[in-house]
Amino acid sequence: MKGFLQFIGNVTLFTIRVIADMWRRPLELSEIWSQVNEMGVRSLALVSASGLALGVVMTLHTRSTLVEFGATALIPRVQSLSFFVEIGPLVAALLVAGRVGAGIGAVIANLRVTEQIDAIEVLSVDSFKFLVVPRVIACVIVLPLLTVFMDACGLLGGFLSEFAVSHLPLQLFLERAFRGVEWSNFVPPTLKTCVFGFIIGTVSSYYGYTMNEGTHGVGKAATNSVVTCSLLVILADVILVKIIFLLFPGSAI
Amino acid sequence: MTDSKSAAVVLNKVFKRFGSKQVLDDVSFSVPRGEAVCVLGRSGTGKSVTLRLMIGLIKPDAGDIFISGNNISHLEGRELSRARCKMGFLFQSAALFDSFTLHDNLALPLRRLTDKSNSEIEEVVDRALGQVGLAGDKHKLPGALSGGMRKRAGLARALVLEPEVLLVDEPSSGLDRITASEIDDLLLEQKTLHQTTMVIVTHDVHGARRVGDRFAVLDKGKLIALGKPEELENHESETVRNLVGEK
Repeated sequence: MKGFLQFIGNVTLFTIRVIADMWRRPLELSEIWSQVNEMGVRSLALVSASGLALGVVMTLHTRSTLVEFGATALIPRVQSLSFFVEIGPLVAALLVAGRVGAGIGAVIANLRVTEQIDAIEVLSVDSFKFLVVPRVIACVIVLPLLTVFMDACGLLGGFLSEFAVSHLPLQLFLERAFRGVEWSNFVPPTLKTCVFGFIIGTVSSYYGYTMNEGTHGVGKAATNSVVTCSLLVILADVILVKIIFLLFPGSAI
Repeated sequence: MTDSKSAAVVLNKVFKRFGSKQVLDDVSFSVPRGEAVCVLGRSGTGKSVTLRLMIGLIKPDAGDIFISGNNISHLEGRELSRARCKMGFLFQSAALFDSFTLHDNLALPLRRLTDKSNSEIEEVVDRALGQVGLAGDKHKLPGALSGGMRKRAGLARALVLEPEVLLVDEPSSGLDRITASEIDDLLLEQKTLHQTTMVIVTHDVHGARRVGDRFAVLDKGKLIALGKPEELENHESETVRNLVGEK
């Protein structure tokens, strides 16, 4: 229990330092851009493949149920709402927690083991500002973009599945998919992934930056990053969904 | 004790403990400007810890450490960064940033800490890499270099801001005798031409005798001898005689 409370305290202090250092110069724009490229572009294949597959599977499942009620026309709308509201944001965040979170934890831990963080410090460069803050900001920027991409791929997967079964034209699929969908069904859930991005960037950086167990600790930092980030993203999702319902009552399906 | 203002490096009654182990126990010595002191001792006697204390990577439990007049042990944040601008540090592993090319490794501190233009930075980086014989390798990543080349690149990075004090951790570690001798040549050249004050932690007595003006010998966290190599050859302590004697 004492260890857990100590962990919570340390992560909280780490988070406060991240937030404070975000506004301090230099803004590390080139480092942020490099991380956005590394995390965003290199996650595109994973996110699009997952979105496409999930889109197909979702449609197959919903079709079998909706056929019983003669409501197959609702398939595109169920598909879009499911992806915009929950599947897109959550699955994109969990995929990023796995790929990017593990990467951040392992890379920063490796920099610690090989004394590169000490080398940055002795060159009078603030290693925290240089290594941690750009990664957190990049996660915050990248995750909503990947979520939009996942939503689009999910819809595409749904369309392909529907087209294969019922030859539904794309225009009609999209018309049905967006009928009755409001901005409040799309914008708040997409923007909540900024919080997921902040959690992934901060927690995985924490594990990497504070690691002090040598080479063995690099793997441990990567594993801990993935496990903790995934858990915290799911917990944060529960809270954020409730907050979104309070702020945007119309977004409740 | 030498005056903390006139000497480049002063350690005054420094104590450091990790857990139950007393790593440094009342260590005091000073290094006048332009002099090279080699710190010798058996493994685990606190030599590398002494260097890390000097550059402020760790803090002493008690005592003061003055570098170019700044009490490093009491500095934090920007003041510590400013004080570090006067120091260079060559790590045992060189600790080059493995995702940066050699050029970017050297350019980083110049971009951050000076107001030099890009063309001036290019010029300084080229000159620094040229001095260590790596002019043609500036676009290579550290992973593509041999151990000796990495060490030379690490030295170039440590010297790129023209520090008053250079701290060197095991310059010959992992290198063959010839390559180690090349590193010693570079250190000697830096001391002779630029009067850079140096503190060098080493196990290589041969190299230490070439570069060092004086030896400081640590044993079990205590400074047991300080003086010129020839003075220490007949020291009363057998440990000192064994460490200082040419093998």
